[in-house]
Amino acid sequence: MAATAPAPPAPRPTPAPARQRPARRPLAGRAPSLLGWGLTAAVPLVFLGVFFAYPVGTLVARGFFPDGAADLSGFAEVFARPRTWRVIGITLAQAAAGTAVSVLLGLPGAYLLYRCSFPDRGLVRAAVTVPFVLPTVVVGVAFRSLLGAGGPLGFLGLDGTFAAVVAALVFFNYAVVVRTVGGMWARLDPRAEEAARALGASPARAFATVTLPALAPAIASAASVVFLFCATAFGVVLILGGPGYGTVETEIWVQTTQFLDLRAAAVLSVVQLAVVAAALAVAGRTRARQERALRLRDTPADHPLRLLAPRAGGGRRPGPDLLPAAVTAVVLALLAAPLLGLVVRSLHQPDGGWGLANYRALGSTGTGALTVTVWEAAANSLRVAVDATVLAIVVGVAVALVLSRRPRARAARRAAGALDAVFMLPLGVSAVTVGFGFLITLDRPPLDLRSSLVLVPLAQAVVAVPMVVRTVLPVLRAIDPRLREAAATLGAAPGRVLATVDGPFLVRGLGLAVGFAFAVSLGEFGATAFLARPDRPTLPVVVFRLLGRPGAENYGMALAGAVVLAVLTAVVMALAERLRTPEATGW
Amino acid sequence: MTTTSDRSAARTSHRSTARTRRRRTALAALAATAVLGACSLTGGGGDDGDTPGGTGDGTGTAAGGELTVVTHDSFSVSQDLLDQFEADTGYRLTMVAPGDGGALVNQLVLTKDSPLGDVVYGIDNSFAARAIDAGVLDPYTPADAPAGVAENAVDDEGHLTAVDRGDVCVNVDHAWFADRGIPEPRTLADLTDPAYRDLLVVTNPATSSPGLAFLLATIGAFGTDGWQQYWTDLAANGVRVAEGWSDAYYVDFSGSEGAGPRPLVVSYSSSPAAEVPEDDAEPRTGALLDTCFRQVEYAGVIAGAANPEGARAFVDFLLSDPVQQDIPGQMYMYPVADVPLPEEWAAHAPLAEDPHQVDPADIAAHREEWVTAWTEIVVG
Repeated sequence: MAATAPAPPAPRPTPAPARQRPARRPLAGRAPSLLGWGLTAAVPLVFLGVFFAYPVGTLVARGFFPDGAADLSGFAEVFARPRTWRVIGITLAQAAAGTAVSVLLGLPGAYLLYRCSFPDRGLVRAAVTVPFVLPTVVVGVAFRSLLGAGGPLGFLGLDGTFAAVVAALVFFNYAVVVRTVGGMWARLDPRAEEAARALGASPARAFATVTLPALAPAIASAASVVFLFCATAFGVVLILGGPGYGTVETEIWVQTTQFLDLRAAAVLSVVQLAVVAAALAVAGRTRARQERALRLRDTPADHPLRLLAPRAGGGRRPGPDLLPAAVTAVVLALLAAPLLGLVVRSLHQPDGGWGLANYRALGSTGTGALTVTVWEAAANSLRVAVDATVLAIVVGVAVALVLSRRPRARAARRAAGALDAVFMLPLGVSAVTVGFGFLITLDRPPLDLRSSLVLVPLAQAVVAVPMVVRTVLPVLRAIDPRLREAAATLGAAPGRVLATVDGPFLVRGLGLAVGFAFAVSLGEFGATAFLARPDRPTLPVVVFRLLGRPGAENYGMALAGAVVLAVLTAVVMALAERLRTPEATGW
Repeated sequence: MTTTSDRSAARTSHRSTARTRRRRTALAALAATAVLGACSLTGGGGDDGDTPGGTGDGTGTAAGGELTVVTHDSFSVSQDLLDQFEADTGYRLTMVAPGDGGALVNQLVLTKDSPLGDVVYGIDNSFAARAIDAGVLDPYTPADAPAGVAENAVDDEGHLTAVDRGDVCVNVDHAWFADRGIPEPRTLADLTDPAYRDLLVVTNPATSSPGLAFLLATIGAFGTDGWQQYWTDLAANGVRVAEGWSDAYYVDFSGSEGAGPRPLVVSYSSSPAAEVPEDDAEPRTGALLDTCFRQVEYAGVIAGAANPEGARAFVDFLLSDPVQQDIPGQMYMYPVADVPLPEEWAAHAPLAEDPHQVDPADIAAHREEWVTAWTEIVVG
């Protein structure tokens, strides 16, 4: 794979007279550049190869080559089970419904948070992102406490239903739509819509015929990413849906961890990969269109919030922003409800009163439930997150740098496209497959990492790399290539071009990328629970363990620990939001 | 187009001067991250010297060496006991806990050629036969083991040593039934009585260990040909299935924190001891001792262990009186040795006298088939 590294950005060797290029640079001068790009591409490829493709491939291969010989009868057998088809059907239905609702609710949110300006907008943007990175174990408890028969929304009868799972999927993915579509909307030139209005189109018609088509690539891109997340959701489906709503992902988990039926697990993994690859293909196509369209406008176009407009004959009438504002307010309230419920219950003390006893107990190890205090686990989480973030940033930035170059050769462009898709795959592969894969591959020298502390940050980095790429890449792609060409023309070496042209943009985009990588690591549960050592648990692992123990003290501590996790995440995202710039339009 | 782009390029450079401060903030954050990273990678493991590949750190003890203990994720023994073990034997412990009991056994099977560690604790009787059949254990019988070890042995060769036990039973919210003047159910058969319609919550045997244990209780009680009818009746009587124990106990059950709607839940015989109010002597809940399945947890020496001697020493350690006494408070299980129980347990959490049983070999042979059949009957 390393051989297909995209061509370097250096001037083409063709002698065609270039307008701005006074002299062709000697061939020898390009050698270091080629080498540099080869290395830049090699780092992420080796990382992903060793810590993702090799372990996952080995585990899937075990399913298909049980005794050394190929045995594909698993396909026939697994597909002969009626349950398999039902599970695939449920997976697709849940993902489709989750995606549709996320997009419908996300569009008004994108408009409000990216087209209208109002005080503390950045804070609201940070807040909507918190659910996206909250660990499912926390959300599961929060949702069931809310929807369960004893909870405040219990009268709706949603507990354990399809609707509850879809609601939770929307809870997680709302921010993806708002950020992806909002980033595009902010740059859309308002003049086309204004012209349509001037020519007599109603606001609805102008939106439908002018704005919506322009946003379509962004919407399609967001939708396919959300679909990907929904189709591979695990914990939330398991906790909220109950056994009736198993998905491909939960089936893989049961077949692997409970039955050790690697053949069935391998078949299901292939099914999942097919779904994921299809979603990625759609995402890739629409994203490419979106990135071109992004150059429409350089500065965000926003206007003050218009909730009320003056009526012709005096008085006031509803303004154009009232409807999106109302929808978004309702959505924000719904996003906040499970989190508030969590906070309220965490203040309910084991002795029956209200107070901070659960938070004071975080300095203890519970009633024998833990090996470390919750604060120590939080410190572990932060430490692991730092390592995972550094890894993810190094690898992710290398990927983004390689992909940001637009080589002219068609083969190189295709290779870049393939590389782009390959680095999204970790989002679509089950954590249990990765975990078991690590165990059977990274188990002997030179890479015997099984009881090593490095495993957890490595696994989390694999998950975070796609987020870093998706955040940094749009920034780098937005750089006018002529800036680099001009710098090169004026004699700057490739390294210097990188430092002076790409560097400043990169640093601006990095704030959000660091925030995302950090938050993903803080919340990651699936692979971490699998790989974390008992003496070094992370915060989500500790919350999960406390929840698994009887006793009001342990339960209260679990809720308080979950609130601490949510607050940590919010703080990280708010910091990242402050460092964020308009160039970072990804989610 | 050209002019627009050029203008934008120019504007960009203007803006970049205006943003120097912000960029500096970003750079500072980046630098801080890098520094922290260096700290964490090098200094993180300092307190217990367990960095990968690290060999003896000369903490001044006997021969010893590395000893890797593989456990399920509920393993917990007081730290001072573990420290004492390290000091007495000179072994340096590394704990690995890759999942629940099922995941643990499956990982041992998968990594047979390159064992995960030296000694395993946490294989229970529903997974014991699979582990023994797969050949991942070396026989070891501790000298003068307590009588409970022989009573709970899985095979004659001593591949596994019983360490603790507990019962999975239906728990009942006393107050709920007292308030309504309805008599509490007593047996498994009672639970299909229309009087107890919509009152029971169980956990999914495919994803939860108490759920599997309760399914086994019903198989033990009604036999391999009767249990399916029993569950059909239970489903018709409105049984609710939760995915995991914490869900069922904290959200659906009325007798604990969540104050849920259902007064009957599948839990442990030790759970009522955790529901004793501080000001009151009587627990709010109780276990129905005629509905129980006995779970036994075992330890064993992993075949191909790098340190078999240490592994055997650790099994002995788990059977020692201090650890056995530590088990109820740490792992909510009952010791196999004859040591005193915590006060609340002795008073409120007795073990079942005659729990339902299923032969471990039968479980190993049929578990998947049973769980699949259960899913079809109850979930549909």
